[in-house]
Amino acid sequence: MGEEMKVIVFGLANEEYGIEVDKVRTIERMSPITRVPKTPAFIKGVINLRGVVLPVIDLRGRFGLSESEPTENSRIIIVAANDLEVGFIVDAANDVIDIDSDSIDSPPEVVGGIKAKYLRGVAKIGDNRLLIMLNLSEVLNKNEIIQLEQLEG
Amino acid sequence: MDMNAYLSMFIDESNDHLQSLNENLLRLESDPADLSIVQVIFRSAHTLKGMSATMGYEDLASLTHEMENVLDLVRNEKLKMDNFIFDTLFKSLDALESMVQDIIGGGTGRADVSHIVVSLQSIFKGEYKAESAPSASAASAEGSSGAEGILDEFQSSVLLQSIEAGHSVFHTVVTIREDCMLKAARAYMVFDFLERSGEVVKSQPSVQDIEQEKFDRSFTVFTITSLSQDELQKGIESVSEIESAVVTQLDGESLFQLGGRPAGASTPSNVHNISAAAEVAASASSAEAKPASAPAAAPAVASSGQGGSTALSRTIRVDIERLDALMNLFSELLIDRVRLEQLASEIRRTELTETVEHMSRVSGDLQNIVLKLRMVPVESVFNRFPRMVRDLAKSLDKKIDLVITGAETELDRTVIDEIGDPLVHLLRNSLDHGVEPIPDRIAAGKPEIGTVHLRAFHSGNHVFIEIEDDGRGINKEKVKQIAIKNDVITVDEAKRLTDKEINMLIFAAGFSTADKISDISGRGVGLDVVRTKISTLGGHVTVDSVEGKGSKFSIQLPLTLSIISAMLVKLGTEKYAIPLSSIVETSIIRREHIRKIHGNLMMEFRGTVIPIISLSQVLESTSYNEADEAETEIVVIRKGDKLVAVMVDEFISQNDIVLKSLGKYLTNIEAISGATILGDGQVALIIDPNALIK
Repeated sequence: MGEEMKVIVFGLANEEYGIEVDKVRTIERMSPITRVPKTPAFIKGVINLRGVVLPVIDLRGRFGLSESEPTENSRIIIVAANDLEVGFIVDAANDVIDIDSDSIDSPPEVVGGIKAKYLRGVAKIGDNRLLIMLNLSEVLNKNEIIQLEQLEG
Repeated sequence: MDMNAYLSMFIDESNDHLQSLNENLLRLESDPADLSIVQVIFRSAHTLKGMSATMGYEDLASLTHEMENVLDLVRNEKLKMDNFIFDTLFKSLDALESMVQDIIGGGTGRADVSHIVVSLQSIFKGEYKAESAPSASAASAEGSSGAEGILDEFQSSVLLQSIEAGHSVFHTVVTIREDCMLKAARAYMVFDFLERSGEVVKSQPSVQDIEQEKFDRSFTVFTITSLSQDELQKGIESVSEIESAVVTQLDGESLFQLGGRPAGASTPSNVHNISAAAEVAASASSAEAKPASAPAAAPAVASSGQGGSTALSRTIRVDIERLDALMNLFSELLIDRVRLEQLASEIRRTELTETVEHMSRVSGDLQNIVLKLRMVPVESVFNRFPRMVRDLAKSLDKKIDLVITGAETELDRTVIDEIGDPLVHLLRNSLDHGVEPIPDRIAAGKPEIGTVHLRAFHSGNHVFIEIEDDGRGINKEKVKQIAIKNDVITVDEAKRLTDKEINMLIFAAGFSTADKISDISGRGVGLDVVRTKISTLGGHVTVDSVEGKGSKFSIQLPLTLSIISAMLVKLGTEKYAIPLSSIVETSIIRREHIRKIHGNLMMEFRGTVIPIISLSQVLESTSYNEADEAETEIVVIRKGDKLVAVMVDEFISQNDIVLKSLGKYLTNIEAISGATILGDGQVALIIDPNALIK
């Protein structure tokens, strides 16, 4: 048996993803986002979270999935990692579950078109439910953003 | 006892004392004869020793103790200050500083200072040079000079008044028998007797030291009493195990000689007088006296300690975090105020409007106070420079006079915290590259001693800090060549540059004009770091230079980084804030008045032609395009002496806005310096006007 861990489950393009609960500050409903010019397209802008200005990232865009209009279910998950605080726009966030760290397998090379390095692994829950665990520090890796900018530029 | 509660106090006070030690030692270096400075230094060192011993930082305490020994000799004129002593004392200060830094960092404050201790001890013993002043033991034979100068002004004035009032004042040397087991107890009995019959004004060693048996066999007291000389002597000698009590009555004159001498009043000749007057002390071996600043001296230290330059102001120390919390709360309030003002103007009820207006006024006053709380004099940064310049000048073998003016100029604490490093860099640059070596200076007909001015002053909403040297100035040709060599500019560009632009090249990345790489500057991490740092603080740096005459670096900084006045503008659906400090004026221009010159949009503005830029293009706005309008609102902004007109959609209002950062994830966004939260809770980005003017 590995360690028990609590995971926030959120939906993104018909897949289910997980982030360790201790990395998550809060989950917010969509609020007006102020666009920040000259940033990669997946950075949607900044929001006012109780007096603090926070950048929000569209995870779909970050993972190169097709972006979609926010819906009733869309949420902003505020995460903190690597000294950074960032909001993730996700399609839905609706569950907190316990998983066993042993049940996380290393990720297959390609999951739903997302580069494997963004993923910590895939956890199998129950019979046929798969949870993709995010590697937050890679998702928030700024060096890559700089590379992206150079490519776009 | 829980020491943690006292730790922060200890750190604050140690820093104060170290600073004062540094300053006074520098003053002393320029005027070694002024023994009143030595007194101040001695008191600081003594207090520091006491504090560190109390806190259990033994290394700190023992090092200060050694310094104190040396200083004690100096202030008693048994030792003349010379370069070796100054250097050793400065080294000790450095060691002390690093120990305190260690303590601040959570360490134990331990450090190996044995070599410094050895040097101090050799000074103390007079071994470091043959012709040294009489050694400590020889000095002790002179005896009475140990008592000389131990009275401070306060104490002597008390004694003097008593004499004038007809009381008898006695100088008493009490010697305890060698075989005495409980010296402190006997001493206590003597004190008890003295206090019953009168008042003890001063004792040497101090009462505390005596209580802890920190004295050899004798101690000296000054008492005011109604008893006669004989009665006093008998009374003391009646205490068992007291070997002798030598009592001398003091009159006004002898007191004056003993007393807190005014600077320079004490010459060797009156030392002799005292020896004569108080020859009774000859048997005493109290010359190696323990620190003389008894508790009674403490108030005097507080008032005269700073060389009389500081007026007495009542202050408290406040944790910086609390100030930050206050600031944050206040900014929340400010956002709500803006919201309330908006609502009041929508609802249009007189009572509401009046209340909101009143609240606005009160919060405006509050804002002033909150901002003032965070203002710190630049002195706290400047005061470490004299020392640095001294050391640097020594290691460079140059003579430099650092002239500081405007140290009282106040700046926001956040700016103060950040401005130190750039200033150090610029100063080092001036010392290393600016001021020439002495032979060059003489050859150029300049005074041997180079002068570096460090000035700070307010101007409008900004604070200026200038560093000006009278050195060799910037060699423009050399700058150009290096810039070309280092691919900063091309040969063609170099030909077109104005003098000012050439000077600014030294701020370009990877630029260093030093032929030799020296320890002090010129390591390639040149002035571009300075420029970057200053621009992140919202300021900018310029340089003026006349070759052969010197250079002047001028840093312009905003007064505060937390709340600024700004103009809110609209670009379609988006709102942006432009800092008012860089706005010259706003106006409206008709489309046909915008001209195209050499591919650039220009307009006429008050007789000159200035560039006009589209904010919506710079910010990639999708919801507004000024080309659709026949008339466009413009904001004319300024950077230095350059003007640029910026086209916007609509002016909203002028507001005080609270600066917020975009967070660490979004850094170095072009043309955006930060964000603010508007009354409706939305985030508006703040335009960086400097980025719009190239």
